[in-house]
Formats: sequence, C-alpha cells, structure tokens
Amino acid sequence: MTGPHECDKVLLVQAELDGELDAAEAAALAAHRAGCLICQAAAAELVQARALFGEGLYQPTPDDVRGRMMAQIAATQAASAAGDSPRGASPRPGGWRRWWSEWRSSAAGFGLGAACAAGLALLIVVPQAPDLGEQIVAGHIRALQPGHLEDVPSTDQHTVKPWFDGRIDFAPPVKDLAAQRFPLRGGRLDYLAGRPVAALVYQHDKHVIDLFVWPAAQGAAKPPEATERQGYNVVHWVQDGMNLWAVSDLEAGQLRKFAEDWRRSP
Amino acid sequence: MAGPSREDSFAAVVLPHLDAAYNLARWLMRDATAAEDVVQEAMLRALTYFASFKGVNPRAWLLQIVRNAAYASASLERGVQFVPIAATVEPGAVAADDLVSTADDPEATLIKTRGARQVRELIAALPVELREPLVLRELEELSYKEIAEITRTPIGTVMSRLFRARQLLAQLVAQGEAT
Repeated sequence: MTGPHECDKVLLVQAELDGELDAAEAAALAAHRAGCLICQAAAAELVQARALFGEGLYQPTPDDVRGRMMAQIAATQAASAAGDSPRGASPRPGGWRRWWSEWRSSAAGFGLGAACAAGLALLIVVPQAPDLGEQIVAGHIRALQPGHLEDVPSTDQHTVKPWFDGRIDFAPPVKDLAAQRFPLRGGRLDYLAGRPVAALVYQHDKHVIDLFVWPAAQGAAKPPEATERQGYNVVHWVQDGMNLWAVSDLEAGQLRKFAEDWRRSP
Repeated sequence: MAGPSREDSFAAVVLPHLDAAYNLARWLMRDATAAEDVVQEAMLRALTYFASFKGVNPRAWLLQIVRNAAYASASLERGVQFVPIAATVEPGAVAADDLVSTADDPEATLIKTRGARQVRELIAALPVELREPLVLRELEELSYKEIAEITRTPIGTVMSRLFRARQLLAQLVAQGEAT
C-alpha cells in the first residue's frame, strides 16, 4: 500500500546506493527515479545519513582489552590441552573428526564410506561425550559470574516458559520443583554443542543448579547417568525427546535426586 | 592443505576479526565494560566451536556469535531509548517538507559541522534493531545477505530497518540544525 507520500521503490533506491543492484536493475530504477519526487527525496536523505559515517566511528579493540582477551584464549587453550591428555583413553573429538574426514577422502569409493558410516558413527559418539560434559561445566561456570545467570529471573514457570518463545527454536519443558526444595530461579539462553540451548536455573539451599535443555531425537529416552568433572557433578538423561544436562556443585546424591524429581514431575 | 594445529588455526582464522567483534559489541552494548564481557564470552564460544566451523566467512561467523552473546546478555538494553515520533513512519513514507529540496550540498555541511562524537551519540540513540544493521553495513561494510545471516533476519527486513535507521539519522540531524 502506498499513500500520496510513499513509494515502494525507496528500498531499491537504497539498495542502489549500497551497491546491491546489478546494471539492469539500476537502469530500470534510474528511469523510475527521474520522475518520482519521493524517490528523489529519499535518495537525498539516504545520502545525508551515509555522509555521517566518517572517521572516528569504528571502535577497535583497546589494547588493554586485547591483552586480557589474548591471555584468556591462551589460558583456555592450555587448559583444554592439559585436560585432554591425561585421560589418554579418549582421543579428542577434533582428532577423530580429522581422522574420519581423511579416511573418507582417501576411501576408494563413496559407497564404501556410506556402508561403513553407520558402524563408525557409534565409535565417534563415544569420544565426543566427554567433551560435551566439559562444555556443560564450562557453561555453568561462565554463568556463575555476576549478572550472567539468568536472562529471565522468575520463580514462575509460566513466566519462564513463554520467555523462550521466539528466542529459541523449540519449547523447553519448564517445571518448578519448589515442593521438592529445588525452586526455579529463572532461565537464560546458552550455546552448547553448536546450537542455542535453554538453560533453566534452580536453587537448592546455597547451591545453583543449571539444567541445560535441547531437543534429542524424537521419542528418545535414556536414564540418568551421573559423572563428575572439574569438581562439579553432572547428571545427563534424555526424556520426552529432550537432552537434559544438570550441573551443579551440589553433592552428587542430591543432584541425582534433583534429576529424579524433575523426571517424575508432570 | 597441510593443516596447522587447531590452536594455530584459531589464531590465524578468527583472531584477525577481533576488532570487528569488539566494534559490534561496543555499538550494541553502548558500554565498554559490557562490550568486553560480551566479546570475552563470544571468544570463548568461538574457541569451543571452532573445531566444527566449516564455513568460508569467519568474520560473519564470529559476528553472529558476538551478536548471540550480546542478546543473551542481561546488560543489553532492549528498550527503546530515544524514539522521535518519526520512528513510526513506515519506510517509503517521506514527510511532505522533504519533498522541497534545499539547494545547498548537505553532505559537505554535515561533515564539517558535526564531530564524530555527536554522530556517535545520534547512532547510539537509535533502537538496537536499527543500530545493528546500520553498524554492520556502514562500519563493517557487509552485504545485505551477510547482515541477514548474522542477524537471522530476512533480507527485506534488513533493508527496511536500514532505511528506517538512516531516515531517522537524517531527520535527527535536520532537527538538530533547526534548533
């Protein structure tokens, strides 16, 4: 719909100024623009706005920030290198992936690769699992820094659940376990396993529990499995087609109880 | 390709875009401390997921991570800060006064009379969803397609937001000159 002072070609006028039109489109637009006062006025306004962007607006990394960033990257890389080697038994996923892609490219035929893929997938899943646990713990530790824990601080599951609408491509199950002494504190978005995930935050006495949730294969289920990493307890299970990872400094038995209560809660 | 080690690759592939990451974070957050937090978080995520990065555009990949980290940050002010009435004007609508052309060259006057500081304040006053495509286009010089990918927004929306952002800027400048 275009009124007396509107023209649906103004976005094309802008696209031309931004160098997004090809020669034919630009020629067609020039013919229209010659007779359209609205497009001429829009062009003048766009040129004015673009002219504001001169020197001194780009904000490069200050030296002190760059220094801190490099130190942290180096420390993280050193920690992951040190964390990988003592366990020895499980090669790092990067190694597996490289091996797998080299194997694939050197395999005589694609059919051979496809035939073996199903079997190899099982092998690949095993070394990746520990890496994910580390990511979970790292995500939990990051979140414990001040101001990072909740994007939506609320004890009301009917506030937390809709908050995720439009922010994430699935509807995470949100349950309040206040009756079991694991009250809901809020939720936030996080990024794990190469995708955005929902993080639900629960509290037990002074301890914070992060519950990371993202979709698994439809209908998949797996009973809780407890592990310990870097002094944090981690419980992983799959329920109603959702991957669930609970992590906390809470004592292992208590965290396991949290997982069981959560599973049973409607 | 004889591959360098994963860590070397990160340094060679991702770190050259640290300034782009900081610039975007700084403009989105409008605060140096919050920007540093966001970039730090983004670099850690980038480090974690670098092994699975297979794309050809590491800058766009990193900027997308920065953007996600910024939007996940509690310090991002999503609320509209300063919206003149003209903000509600649809793209394509031009105020009747604008149809009367003022003859002098507007470009030259603007650059001369406005310091970078004032321009910075004008841009910072835009709502975040307008500021974001503007910064990516004008300062990072990204294409509409790249901006659409980074902001997970359809290209048409990128175009109309850019238009609104520029229209608002031009009008704010005009208002400033009138008073």
